Amino acid sequence: MGDESGTPLIQLRGVTKTFGSGAASFQALRGVDFDVKAGDFVAVMGPSGSGKSTMMNILGCLDVPTTGEFLFQGFHVETLTRDERALLRRRYLGFVFQGFNLLARTNALENVELPLLYRGEKPLARREAAMAALDKVGLADWWDHTPAELSGGQQQRVAIARAIVTSPRVLLADEPTGNLDTARSLEIMELLTGFNDNGITILMVTHEAEMAAYAHTIAHVRDGLVDAVEVRTR
Amino acid sequence: MSMLGPIFVLAVREIRRHLLRSFLTVLGIVIGVAAVVTMVTLGNGATAAVREQISGLGVNILQVRPGQGFGRGGGGPAPADFDMDDVAAIRDQVAGVVVVAPLAQSSGTAVRNAANWSTTVNGTTADYFTAQQWETASGRVFSAAEEQAGKAVCVIGSTLQRNLFRSEDPLGQRFRIRGLSCVVIGTLVTRGQGGFGNDQDDVVLMPIKTVQRRLTGNRNVRLMMVKVDPAYDTAAVTASLQSLLRERRNISGAKQDDFNIFDTAQISQTLQGTTRILTALLGAVAAVSLLVGGIGIMNIMLVSVTERTREIGIRLAIGAVGREVLLQFLVEAVVLACLGGVIGLLLALVASWSLAPLLGVPFLFDVRINVVAFAFSALIGVIFGYFPARRAAQLNPIDALRHE
Repeated sequence: MGDESGTPLIQLRGVTKTFGSGAASFQALRGVDFDVKAGDFVAVMGPSGSGKSTMMNILGCLDVPTTGEFLFQGFHVETLTRDERALLRRRYLGFVFQGFNLLARTNALENVELPLLYRGEKPLARREAAMAALDKVGLADWWDHTPAELSGGQQQRVAIARAIVTSPRVLLADEPTGNLDTARSLEIMELLTGFNDNGITILMVTHEAEMAAYAHTIAHVRDGLVDAVEVRTR
Repeated sequence: MSMLGPIFVLAVREIRRHLLRSFLTVLGIVIGVAAVVTMVTLGNGATAAVREQISGLGVNILQVRPGQGFGRGGGGPAPADFDMDDVAAIRDQVAGVVVVAPLAQSSGTAVRNAANWSTTVNGTTADYFTAQQWETASGRVFSAAEEQAGKAVCVIGSTLQRNLFRSEDPLGQRFRIRGLSCVVIGTLVTRGQGGFGNDQDDVVLMPIKTVQRRLTGNRNVRLMMVKVDPAYDTAAVTASLQSLLRERRNISGAKQDDFNIFDTAQISQTLQGTTRILTALLGAVAAVSLLVGGIGIMNIMLVSVTERTREIGIRLAIGAVGREVLLQFLVEAVVLACLGGVIGLLLALVASWSLAPLLGVPFLFDVRINVVAFAFSALIGVIFGYFPARRAAQLNPIDALRHE
């Protein structure tokens, strides 16, 4: 499923992002150049206020750069409309958040089915795919539990199942272990690593070196710029 | 739109989750729909009742009475009654007149054996039955010879029949009224309540000559019923009738008529027009409450959007396009409004069904107003649900996800 070698899956070219205008304006990104190869596992690290969240929002097609280019599989995302970006997220991206962000009062299975619903899958196909995804994160037996009935680690695993149920090209994880203890965090990282081995490109924001150690590439963000890219071997 | 099914399920689930709140939200719509439909249903019943009652006065009938308006009114000498010469003159000289039925009225207590019943005596001619389109249930009406001779024969209404004769056959039987002994030659079919709440069946009909000679003691005709040929214009007939009577009663120049001609069709139209306007007015007042109900829905939907900001953020991040989020909230508002509409319709059904007998109007289930009211409540859901739904659809996913 990888692209022709040489063309990165994601390319950021001179991306800037400015919030506000006039004297109150604030430049969160100041010309980021960054590539992500298909199949890579990238950890984005940096102190708070460094612009790493803004960068992730742009990479997740939730936000657009003020200037610069963002190419996803060669497409210029910065020229797309709001709804076109939503369709792109639906088709190619999966999200895992620090706060889990599951729908309350909705059981695990229905949460995992949600992206398939927006893809217009038939009910039976939705159910099967969602059960398979829950099985992959080891929660098949917990399908009818609501988030309130699950532990933090279980909730995050449901969130991961929701993110991978559509077989996305890229999984974006924003501090996925931020709310979990070490043991749970390691479980989550093992899961992510497994999905990465199966070909899903992973972009993860973290400030814990222990979690970043799972990545192949670590991008250090400082003052709105990627100032160091560290390539590692596990 | 493969999304509509799940969106509908979602809307119903969301409504059930906040059952009390949803009920209170739609209460405005419930009351509005119930009020509109009840008003219109009862109004239609009232209009139908008026039409029914007026048609009881006869179709294409001009009632001619001495004096202006319903009473004799005013000072000065009372205007003279008509006489049989007026009746003949109208019949012979006014074009478009089918029959003219004179009426001389009296009243008294009818007595037979131990039974007695206070009733109205109308002296008239056989033309009365034509003019009123009133048929006999048994027996016959007066013959020309009986009218001419002033025979003591009578045709009785069903109320009197029931009270004097019970289940006996009254034909050929006699009873007395104010010293006059008369023989029953016919009975009338039941007519029921008249236009002014009177019992039309509580009546004795006799030849006018008999009543004039034996009961009223004069040759006066109190009322004339003029049946107009449907091929003629009622207004034209009324005009020539008026000029004939003015001539016969020596009223000239600018002097006012001392009689009045009462067109039942016109009265029917006027009364129906009045009830229709009243129905429309009441309906309009009720429609305002529907509007208020819509604002209630908008209010709660706005609260709901705020409460569910995070959920909206999740949906948008996962890849819902604005239109899908808009649809979700719009469907929820419309389902709510329709729910209110259905409850309102049921309430209206119960209310108008139980109120109609109390108000003395028939209960007429009007499919059209029910459909219109339901469609209107759905429309209110769309209109007042659109603004909150659009607000939800336009949320920024990043901010929405961060919302606590």
